[in-house]
Amino acid sequence: MKRFAVLPVLLLFSSSAHAQDATSVAIKRDVSPANTEDARMKALEAQVRTLAGEVTLLRSELKELRETKSPQPSSGPQVLLASAHPEPGMLPSSPAPAAAQVAQTQTFGGASGNAKLLNPDISLIGDFIGTAGHNKVSPERSLEMHESEVGMQAIIDPYARADAFISFGETGVNVEEAYVTFTSLPGGLLLKVGKKRADFGKVNTIHNHALPFIDRPLVTNNLVGGEDGIDDAGLFLSRFLPAPKNWFLEGSAEVLRGDSADVFQASRRQDVGVVGHLRAYRDLSESTNLDLGLSYARGHNNLGSNFLTNLYSGDATLRWKPLRRAIYNSFLFRTELFWSARDQLSAAVPNLFQTQHAFGMYSSAEYRVNRRWTVGGRFDRSGHATDARLTDTGFSGILTYWPSEFSQIRGQYRFGHLATGPSDFSNANEILFQFLFVMGAHGAHPF
Amino acid sequence: MPRLLTKTRFTAFALSFALVFALLFPLTGRADSKIRIMTATTDLASLAQEVGGDKVDVESVARGYQDPHFVDPKPSFLLKLSKAELLIVVGLELEIGWLPPLITQSSNPRIQVGAPGYLDASRFAKILEIPTGQVTRAEGDVHPLGNPHYWLDPDNALRIAKGIQNKLSEMRPNDAAYFAQRYDAFEQRLKQSDEQWLAQMKPYAGRKVVTYHRSWPNFAEHFGLNVVGYVEPRPGIPPSPQHTVELIGQMKREGVKSIMVEPYFDLKTPNSIARETGGQVVVLMPSVGGEKEITDYFKLFDYDIAKLKKAFDETH
Repeated sequence: MKRFAVLPVLLLFSSSAHAQDATSVAIKRDVSPANTEDARMKALEAQVRTLAGEVTLLRSELKELRETKSPQPSSGPQVLLASAHPEPGMLPSSPAPAAAQVAQTQTFGGASGNAKLLNPDISLIGDFIGTAGHNKVSPERSLEMHESEVGMQAIIDPYARADAFISFGETGVNVEEAYVTFTSLPGGLLLKVGKKRADFGKVNTIHNHALPFIDRPLVTNNLVGGEDGIDDAGLFLSRFLPAPKNWFLEGSAEVLRGDSADVFQASRRQDVGVVGHLRAYRDLSESTNLDLGLSYARGHNNLGSNFLTNLYSGDATLRWKPLRRAIYNSFLFRTELFWSARDQLSAAVPNLFQTQHAFGMYSSAEYRVNRRWTVGGRFDRSGHATDARLTDTGFSGILTYWPSEFSQIRGQYRFGHLATGPSDFSNANEILFQFLFVMGAHGAHPF
Repeated sequence: MPRLLTKTRFTAFALSFALVFALLFPLTGRADSKIRIMTATTDLASLAQEVGGDKVDVESVARGYQDPHFVDPKPSFLLKLSKAELLIVVGLELEIGWLPPLITQSSNPRIQVGAPGYLDASRFAKILEIPTGQVTRAEGDVHPLGNPHYWLDPDNALRIAKGIQNKLSEMRPNDAAYFAQRYDAFEQRLKQSDEQWLAQMKPYAGRKVVTYHRSWPNFAEHFGLNVVGYVEPRPGIPPSPQHTVELIGQMKREGVKSIMVEPYFDLKTPNSIARETGGQVVVLMPSVGGEKEITDYFKLFDYDIAKLKKAFDETH
């Protein structure tokens, strides 16, 4: 192809630039003052000679290429290149600018290398939440800049990449996640090291701004540590497992320090927590798929090293998204079940060691009506981890509007039938609204 | 207390067991003679197939009728990626919303960004619409590195195929002659076909068209079409009434009759524009596999050019 002419030309230019660098280094090293001027002149002369030679070579090569490969008048990048050719007389003074000009005007390949340099991909996601209505049990502020999450992501070296998400909230700064992922381990292993949301079910792994609702399900708050969930420093190992045909199986084993919000607390160094997760996925058709998971988490709770909390969870997600209309219509249904077994002292009988078993769940559905609107709903039910007799129930209706891919406006009506005692309830009726905006690097879409 | 210690030991044991298990049953099978290639899009798959012939197994992540900006990173792709020896991507941030997590989670060192098995096809292609000056999203979902729909230019296809040939030869030096011969044959056939396509499009040189998304700059440049407007007010922003009215006015003024739409966009707005302007909506395929009969890169242009020709003839 005629435009391939550019490649050898560029190569030669870069090699000449390299040669020039080498000479200038040699000059700098020559410290003797008597020789300096002489050597400089000589070096420059030699440089001019080589450059002029190269230009002649290039020109003849270009001419040859034009004659052989494009009988028609040349166009496009060739013209640009030709115009970027400096006259021989200009050579000593301006080889560098000429090269730069070529770099600017050449249109082969993206500017990926130059444009981003070595900066990580940086983004900021703002999450503004407003709440109205009444809730006596867990009242939230009317308006708050709930979170400003700064994300930084980069490839570290040929063997690893790193992701960090630091959230600036109303009460302080929190490293939500910061971990390195080793992508080149043997045996198909994937190791993440750092602080990370543990692979315990689905909702625990999702950042606030990527949730399909404004708040988190009641069960997250009651049993799995609230908004931050199981989010801890540790080692996260995962691997695909051999699976029956058309199934995808993945197992994860994670060792955590044992401090996660109010669910786990390590009083001693050896109070580490563990999380295990098994994921099974299957494409039912091109547009429908089923995603199943089983999770287990174990750690010590705030009562001390002798008190364990065991958490079990099962999740199921059904997704439908027709590929031809993927940006307009989709449907997702998800259910997660949680069981908590928490060692504690009995509230009724002093000094009686007991294990409190509590159950909680949520089911949610969302339907993308068109490119800009999504409707959704969620049903919540959950016991309290410390007192399983107390059970909260709730439901929500959610409406989301996307002005573009980078901002989101969401409204949610939330009803809660919240337990304040074994048989005392308080009803909460609330309207929540949320504005989300994304600056900077285009993040990956959650799946 | 002893109970806890035992449990900790059990955990350690379980973990080491998992490790041993992982090392004993590696997922990556024996390297057979065929190079396993995954591509981001079907067009790259078609080009890789042309060059690789029966020495390669090629599969694409995205389907030809799917918007390549929005692909779900399904785990089923992970299995395929984990076994791939070569991953060919479009680049220029086209796949930024879905490919990076797939690459990372594939835990396949061979196809990580920058590894020998990672090939960014945009490196070889002529790229248009590289923004200069300040880039902001007030312009919509702009691609700061240039328009990623560059494969719709047969000249670029040759350049990409050449790049693939070099890569395959590097991976299997013994088959280098085979790949070179495949490339030469492909170049010859594509040049012949391109002459025919150009000849078919020649009568319509300079024809003004409107497209839905900015998917067609390379196509338009190659075949001498003049894209004067877009149904989207900004890339990635759905049509707005105000912009649609303006576009209709512009099309009437300039006598534009053809609206080129990709198969994954809603036809409601394009159809109403066509009604207002007496024009015609042409659903063109931006990728191989967009329709069943478009089985390779040649048929893609056969299809699109036949459709365009028909539309141009009917509206004039």
